[in-house]
Amino acid sequence: MAHVDHGFEIMETQDHSSELGHVQPFKVYAGVFGALLVLTVVTVAASFMDFGNFDFAVAMLIASVKAMLVALYFMHLKYENPFTWVYAGVPILFLIFLVAGVFLDNPTRNEFEKTGSALKKSAVEVVDH
Amino acid sequence: MSSSVETIEPGSPPHVHHMDAPTAYQSAKFAMWLFLGTEILLFGGLFAAFFIYRWMYLDEFVHGCRNLVLWAGAGNTVVLLFSSFTAALAVDAAQRGDNAKVRRNVLITLVCGFFFLMVKYFEYASKVSQGIFPGDFNQVLFFGACLLVFSFTMATAFFGMYRENWKVYWTWLTVSMIVLVGYFIFNWVIFNGPGTPVADAAYAWNDPAFNQKYKMFYGLYYCMTGLHGLHVILGMALLWWVYLIAYQDGFSEKYYTPVEIGALYWHLVDLIWIYLFPLLYLVGR
Repeated sequence: MAHVDHGFEIMETQDHSSELGHVQPFKVYAGVFGALLVLTVVTVAASFMDFGNFDFAVAMLIASVKAMLVALYFMHLKYENPFTWVYAGVPILFLIFLVAGVFLDNPTRNEFEKTGSALKKSAVEVVDH
Repeated sequence: MSSSVETIEPGSPPHVHHMDAPTAYQSAKFAMWLFLGTEILLFGGLFAAFFIYRWMYLDEFVHGCRNLVLWAGAGNTVVLLFSSFTAALAVDAAQRGDNAKVRRNVLITLVCGFFFLMVKYFEYASKVSQGIFPGDFNQVLFFGACLLVFSFTMATAFFGMYRENWKVYWTWLTVSMIVLVGYFIFNWVIFNGPGTPVADAAYAWNDPAFNQKYKMFYGLYYCMTGLHGLHVILGMALLWWVYLIAYQDGFSEKYYTPVEIGALYWHLVDLIWIYLFPLLYLVGR
């Protein structure tokens, strides 16, 4: 029978599969930390590129991926029961409603016309105080 | 094997024994997640305000963003991510019953938290030297330093209560009260009462050219990073409590709730910074 490497040897050999929380091997933590560092470099690099009106969306997308990695693996949300998922998810859902409402409402506000040009990086001169 | 209600686990505090260990663990963790949900909504209001005013005063917000020191923010991001990593390793060590490793990882996390606050102080100080601060920065600094000390002494008192070591509890509660009263007395002696704005015409904040729109950006910047800084301080105090329990070898595979709870809170501090960093330092650069 072929050997299947499922990556949980440490847990199984030491029998830590208790009724409490889930035990992950070290390489999961190290891998997630590495991914978080890479994404930090990516988001800083992306801020120097011009995506026009999508600068904001790109930064928030990368931040959300980082937040998901922290929540799923560092905070063990991946192994939590459905109740915890609901209680962690509902505030985020309502926050999304709030922010979506803000973004729907913003274009109806008075300074609508200036945003198109102002998003271009050259439009603003940086002056030190 | 179902654990009975009467089972006394070594290393767990006496007062949790009115329910069995897994139930106590699950309900404590669940309550922490519930609290983290309210924290997300607390910061959510500030994020919504930031989105609204960023839309209204885009030029000023882009200007303000570029006036912040990118590498201070990026460096702090790496420090917080690393501290989150070590906090997760502390939980992992506790799950394996290795108290020495819990102590080591919690201590690294605490040092990272302190480093983060130091960098934040230098960032604030550089803005103050540009005249961009609404009020007396020394007073805010004094408050922050006292709060840091107070949080640690209260966490130590809480540790005494948790361990039912009443000598530790009363000693450190007394020290905490001395710090609290001392703060109010010295705040009055040094600064002559509550906050006084700087009344200097040369101070940039009072300059008419530094208009309401700039003040909106820096106001939100100080509110968001300041509230986040408070969370860093409180998270450090929680982890200090965890460190003290680990110092007495209080954790085992069967009981590690405080590490898990403390680490969850510390991860939330990291999560909020993950969004604050691009919003304040990057978008608009």
